[in-house]
Amino acid sequence: MNALSKDMSGPLALFANRLNTLTGAQRQSAAGALARTGLPDRKSEAWKYTALRALGKQDYLQAPAQVDEAAVRALLDGVFQAHPAMAALPRVVFVNGRHAPAFSVAPDDVDLSFFGQNAEFGLQAAPDRDPLVALNTALAEDGLVLRVPAGEDAGHLMLISLGVAQEQPVSFHPRHTVVVEKDAYLRLISVQAGQGTYFHNPVMDIRVEDGATLEHVTLQTEGAQAISLGTLYAHVGHKSVYDSFVLGLGGQLVRHEVHARLASPRGVVHVNGAQRLAGQQVGDITSVITHAASDCISRQTVRNVLDGHARGVFQGKVLVEQVALKTDGYQMNQALLLSPDAEIDAKPELEIYADDVRCSHGATVGALDDDQLFYLRSRGISVQEARQMLIDAFLDEAIALVVDATAQTFCRAVMAARFAQKGEA
Amino acid sequence: MSQFLEISGLCAQIDADGQEKQILRGVDLSIPPGEVHVIMGPNGSGKSTLSYVLAGREDYEVTAGTATFHGQDLLAMEPEERAAAGLFLAFQSPIELPGVNNANFLRTAVNAVRRARGQEELDAVAFLKMAREAAKALSMAPDMLKRNVNVGFSGGEKKRNEVLQMTLLQPTFAILDETDSGLDVDALRIVAEGVNRLRAPTFSALVITHHQKLLDYLVPDRIHVMARGRIILSGGPELARQIDQEGYTKFLAEVA
Repeated sequence: MNALSKDMSGPLALFANRLNTLTGAQRQSAAGALARTGLPDRKSEAWKYTALRALGKQDYLQAPAQVDEAAVRALLDGVFQAHPAMAALPRVVFVNGRHAPAFSVAPDDVDLSFFGQNAEFGLQAAPDRDPLVALNTALAEDGLVLRVPAGEDAGHLMLISLGVAQEQPVSFHPRHTVVVEKDAYLRLISVQAGQGTYFHNPVMDIRVEDGATLEHVTLQTEGAQAISLGTLYAHVGHKSVYDSFVLGLGGQLVRHEVHARLASPRGVVHVNGAQRLAGQQVGDITSVITHAASDCISRQTVRNVLDGHARGVFQGKVLVEQVALKTDGYQMNQALLLSPDAEIDAKPELEIYADDVRCSHGATVGALDDDQLFYLRSRGISVQEARQMLIDAFLDEAIALVVDATAQTFCRAVMAARFAQKGEA
Repeated sequence: MSQFLEISGLCAQIDADGQEKQILRGVDLSIPPGEVHVIMGPNGSGKSTLSYVLAGREDYEVTAGTATFHGQDLLAMEPEERAAAGLFLAFQSPIELPGVNNANFLRTAVNAVRRARGQEELDAVAFLKMAREAAKALSMAPDMLKRNVNVGFSGGEKKRNEVLQMTLLQPTFAILDETDSGLDVDALRIVAEGVNRLRAPTFSALVITHHQKLLDYLVPDRIHVMARGRIILSGGPELARQIDQEGYTKFLAEVA
């Protein structure tokens, strides 16, 4: 395996010690692909706007399995603090990429197992095409393997991923699989949080089988120094629904990349999101929605509020294959820039090979509206509160797209707690 | 000098495409407490600019003159401070606020001015009761409190929503900038009644209008004619009727 190390230059060197000692064909093949390509730089089209320089120069160690319980408990309390009712839901907690049964509350009506016991890499992920998926494939230790049996309404489940790092940067690369079988129903709420300098590199492989529905909300509240680069694959079957929403708030560099494939007719996919960033934060929402069958619907609304020197990235590709007649696609990215140094890079892309489709997309960028601000102030509302109201309103129109009322309330509560917004009438 | 609203030699300009454009050219106006005054005048004479300058809109630069309200320097105050002090502007074109719930907006505004005036804030229940009653008195559909501020409202609904805000904020001085425009006769009467309900020895209003009709319901004390950034003529209520019949041309010619 020493042959590999020669090729591990650049950011990849930060993982070299671990990549050089892999066993298993799949992991070695992924490491080989990585050695050929390296981690992406800005010359790579898919990473044109998001640099991995933030990974820094220090090696990333394998995240320790044993961490301070009090730290985990504090992070978990932090997750529930904004909306304590969430603590009553079943949850699977991962700490540093490994299942933490002591903090989990097992759900009913689902089959639960773990990647750590039986490593299954799934069929959708493409390590040869995406270096971050290759890195995950090479280094994954554990992950959720969830199956909702056919016809079952499994209610809510929270998947909470906590990162706990001390002095030395650590990385973890969980590999999750979620299958919602025929006509089954699941509301999944993923939460990512942590403390210290860590690199979270999850891959999630989702299958929504015929007639099934998965409502999936991802809350990004990673620690301030965290780097989180996640890739999610969703396979959407006949008349099935994958309704997703990501709320990006935390982390130093966060990328949420979704590959959704409408594989059979009459599927529905929503890849909505909102992010509110400040300081030096970079938040990247990237998606590829593939219409590979007729009569499918895809919807994407992403709203960004960027303050300070924050940078938002939106890359949204909608690919309509030749067979995908009567495709109905809509994509909209909107950004509110609160500071002259904030930036949004938006790249919407429609690639259509079918006739008879309806696809529209758009993008807007602007500052807070002076007329609206003056209107609020003329009613006695202070300039700070008026700004806050307009920012909340802008993001709330995206959060309102979350179908599941519990998850919607949770998103609002987290936003409110973070930005000390006024109570509601 | 009365202690209520005093405007003296007020000049203001706006920066239009890099060019400074003088709009107010020395407005003198005194409104005592308890009176309704009307400003009429041709389009472009500066009526709306005057209302914006009094409410504190930043696009306009005051280059000369003074405006005091209850003896305070109005021009030195932030817009929200003017509102707290009791000034209210009913916008000619009310602004839409997508994503902002009307009841939430109204309560935030009411509690902001109550805080500033040293009054206790209203809780959600007490506020909603008050807002529903006020909305009902203006013949507003109950769901208008639940909708986003002015979004999808008809012209008449927007104007009623302005009067609703005025009712709830309890100003001592209200500027109504063409609140009657685009209203049918019934709506006009309802809006006028809304203003009349506020009339008191401590409440004054400045009504900007083009039409005599509103003044049938809102019996004014004084009429002022504004042209080219100045008040060129003032008189009793009969002046409005005269303008309604004869137009502005005669008056403009007299001062030219």
